[in-house]
Amino acid sequence: MKSLLQADEAQALLDASIRGELPDERGRFGPFGGRYVPETLVPAFERLEAGVREYLHDAGFQQDLQRELREWVGRPTALTYAPRLSEKWGTEVWLKREDLAHTGAHKINNAIGQALLAKRLGAQRVIAETGAGQHGVASAAACARVGLPCCVYMGTVDMERQAPNVVRMERLGAEVVAVESGDKTLRAAIDEAMRKWVTDPSGIYYLLGSAVGAHPYPYLVRELQSVIGKEARQQMIDQAGGLPDVAFACVGGGSNSIGLFYPLLGDDIELIGVEAGGTGDGLGQNAATLATGTPGVLQGSYTIILQDDDGQVQETHSISAGLDYSGVGPEHALLQATGRVTYISASDDEALAALAELCEAEGILTALETAHAYAAAREWSKDNPGKRILIGNSGRGDKDMPTLTQYPPRIRTDARA
Amino acid sequence: MLAHERISAAIRAANDDGRTALVPFITAGYPEPGAFINTLTAIAEVGDVVEIGIPFSDPMADGMTIQRSSFVALQKGVSLKWIFDELDNAGGTIDAPLVMMSYLNPLLAFGFDRLAERALATGVCGFIVPDLPFEESNELRAALDQQGLGLIQLVTPATPNGRLKKLCAASRGFVYAVTITGITGGDTGLPDDLANYLDMVVAASELPVCAGFGIREAGDVTNVGKHADGAIVGSALVEVLEQNGDPAAYLVSLRK
Ligand SMILES: Cc1ncc(COP(=O)(O)O)c(C=O)c1O
Repeated sequence: MKSLLQADEAQALLDASIRGELPDERGRFGPFGGRYVPETLVPAFERLEAGVREYLHDAGFQQDLQRELREWVGRPTALTYAPRLSEKWGTEVWLKREDLAHTGAHKINNAIGQALLAKRLGAQRVIAETGAGQHGVASAAACARVGLPCCVYMGTVDMERQAPNVVRMERLGAEVVAVESGDKTLRAAIDEAMRKWVTDPSGIYYLLGSAVGAHPYPYLVRELQSVIGKEARQQMIDQAGGLPDVAFACVGGGSNSIGLFYPLLGDDIELIGVEAGGTGDGLGQNAATLATGTPGVLQGSYTIILQDDDGQVQETHSISAGLDYSGVGPEHALLQATGRVTYISASDDEALAALAELCEAEGILTALETAHAYAAAREWSKDNPGKRILIGNSGRGDKDMPTLTQYPPRIRTDARA
Repeated sequence: MLAHERISAAIRAANDDGRTALVPFITAGYPEPGAFINTLTAIAEVGDVVEIGIPFSDPMADGMTIQRSSFVALQKGVSLKWIFDELDNAGGTIDAPLVMMSYLNPLLAFGFDRLAERALATGVCGFIVPDLPFEESNELRAALDQQGLGLIQLVTPATPNGRLKKLCAASRGFVYAVTITGITGGDTGLPDDLANYLDMVVAASELPVCAGFGIREAGDVTNVGKHADGAIVGSALVEVLEQNGDPAAYLVSLRK
């Protein structure tokens, strides 16, 4: 896998990526990406691609989008210095606060953008999948905002562990469809949403929630999430006096991480994506796709996936629903192959410990997904004292109560000891 | 005769006999891997062309029936390699041309060149790949072409006219006309405007046209047969297997 690209080819692709030339006409990021979808959906994808070309960078659309981001989402989100964490780690730690965006995670940046696009394209209804429920909540809210009915597919395993978000989606007017098939998590929810889309390809708009899937989704989601990195870059200069030495983001499908990293690709900043290490290295014990996977086609895209020798996609495990996925966006596969971004993993336990540490040190309850980025940054700090760190704080942890109540906080017993 | 020509010839031969060609589909190794070759042989005696479904972990174009059968087959260890080995062991006792229906990833993992070689050696004449649109199909098509195997194109009611012509021209063996905008195993029945749609596909194609999705009863085969050259029966046949019924007797009943 590491030898997928020759060194000169890798450099040329990275340069093209930094110049904004990827994906190419065929939706490829080098060898990765493309559009592997059932014939019934091909015309729908062609319409979507044409719509993205027509509207995404159109002045009128951008005006609407920027207004919604400012007045409804609450952007720009803050950049927060973390003094107590900095002191503990021996580094200078800055947090890009997507948890402060409306509905509590970066997912809203993409959801409102695509909902506005769906409206422009004349869709009658919107469907979406969700893992952690954050994309489902964001989609429900965005659809309410633009006035489109919304239906969210969610695996039953995830409905249980992210129960608060199920209620939120329903309150926001969405119908939540429980997915009992396959692994009953994010992958099965995407499969089921695709099956629904096939029944009405011209009336339904599929609001995909991460930088995955067939072209143009990985491109569309990256463009809508890049606001994270653009804001953070400027805020670092303004507030920290310069760019960071390193940036960390957690990687499920890869939307908050591509949003943070993409605008920083051309800078001299080390970029580290953190996947779910779960409970161990064995097949099925984690969701460390880039770290341990191989190339294949999953859900519309040629990318790195977790599969066996027969090409059957493997089930995954992570304590965080949003990272519990056997694939990853194709642009990350390229960024790994070029060596520009390093992908590592953090275990369930490390994520839980990092979540607790951040709560105590800075008064921020982060999402379990996000906690993986903190765990990795903390380790990195041990070897890099004094460096300046930027962490993508992709979302807040309120949704994780069902999981967190199973792990009583250490602080209570410690404080009274 | 090239392998893919065997497929068209078998369909034409049925038509020449005054019949609508019958194309049964089963999920390989379902419900019991041990019964695979027997089941295949039995349905090949009634069917004109036989489709073998390769189970996949993410059958995104399939409804509950085929999802379930794929899941069970995978749990019982069915793989593409196993299927080829079984076909080898059967040693050419099956006369009907075989077609494999598989999502792309198991084929990618197997390797396209090796796939084409083993297919030719085991009586497989063509492939249907539901998540491989024409635009992404060059590599597989080239590997299959090398051995004279066909890549069968699907068309659907959502396919615009210009694209329909392109897909029909690219197809080999037959053109797979999906009857509905939907997944396999739906219970909506055949659509009302089926006749127009099938007539359009037939007009665009020099190859035989087989209609599939939603065909369950003899009446469906008769309806489809007025406009198309063959009828593909998938989920309904898998349901018969699920209920331990007699697949060959069910197929015979469709000819009534
Ligand atoms: C807070 C949060 N962070 C990260 C993720 C992972 O998704 P992605 O990799 O697309 O950013 C999710 C997914 O649900 C999430 O809710």
